[in-house]
Amino acid sequence: MFSRTAFSSAFRATSRTIRPLPTIGTAPRFLTPLQIRLLSQETRTAIDKAVATSPVVLFMKGTPETPQCGFSRASIQILGMQGVDPKKFTAFNVLEDNDLRQGIKEYSEWPTIPQLYVDKEFIGGCDILMSMHQDGSLAKLLDDKGVLVPAEEAPRSEPPK
Amino acid sequence: MATQSMTPMEDTMRMKITEALKPTALEIFNDSHLHSHHKAMQGVTSKETHFRVTITSEAFASKMQPARHRMVYALLKDEMAQEGGIHALQLKTRTPAEEERQKQKDALAIEK
Repeated sequence: MFSRTAFSSAFRATSRTIRPLPTIGTAPRFLTPLQIRLLSQETRTAIDKAVATSPVVLFMKGTPETPQCGFSRASIQILGMQGVDPKKFTAFNVLEDNDLRQGIKEYSEWPTIPQLYVDKEFIGGCDILMSMHQDGSLAKLLDDKGVLVPAEEAPRSEPPK
Repeated sequence: MATQSMTPMEDTMRMKITEALKPTALEIFNDSHLHSHHKAMQGVTSKETHFRVTITSEAFASKMQPARHRMVYALLKDEMAQEGGIHALQLKTRTPAEEERQKQKDALAIEK
């Protein structure tokens, strides 16, 4: 299906962009409670950049082609159904980077993954995405932001609703 | 100890949500058994990790969905942060008016 291949190619780009995010590598393994609570400036800057990578950014568990969690899978499917332009979409796999995984929760003040950002603005998690998908407000938001595949380029093979 | 609850997490959730949000409707579903095979659940013995919660409360009035969810997350902050605590929390947060509207819509859909 179109959305599937398109989203997976979009992710290949992201698996590189995720690299600049700091990794703990040489840092001490055990963090003090203070260090855990405070999002480091370094991580915050890295997430600022991640959120600005594309107009539509999803922080998820796993990759668009192989999500590692049902809620991440559902979110990817919704974005695919909405017709989000893969060129305007980036997915970050939080399972690849523990700093990102913990950092994004604090950054968004949101304790769960997945998390959707549109134009650097936090939209919500899977439940919010689902309800916005159902009540039409997600379609409107994505259309207003101009992040959908242009109508004339839309694949004709897509099954009618 | 004789009357120890089989669902301590659910009890805590119910208590905290009821106290803070005074919900007119509150449903808590424990979906943990559906997820116990997940990789992330390896080594977790708790039977209370995945919840689906529907809350109807006036406290949500004039608040956007993310703000409503944050209110609930804030209430359950400790339960979500603790090792083997709440791993996933599906939320449906509505005001009584929204719930009523949804009911009418559903009724219409059935008539059709």
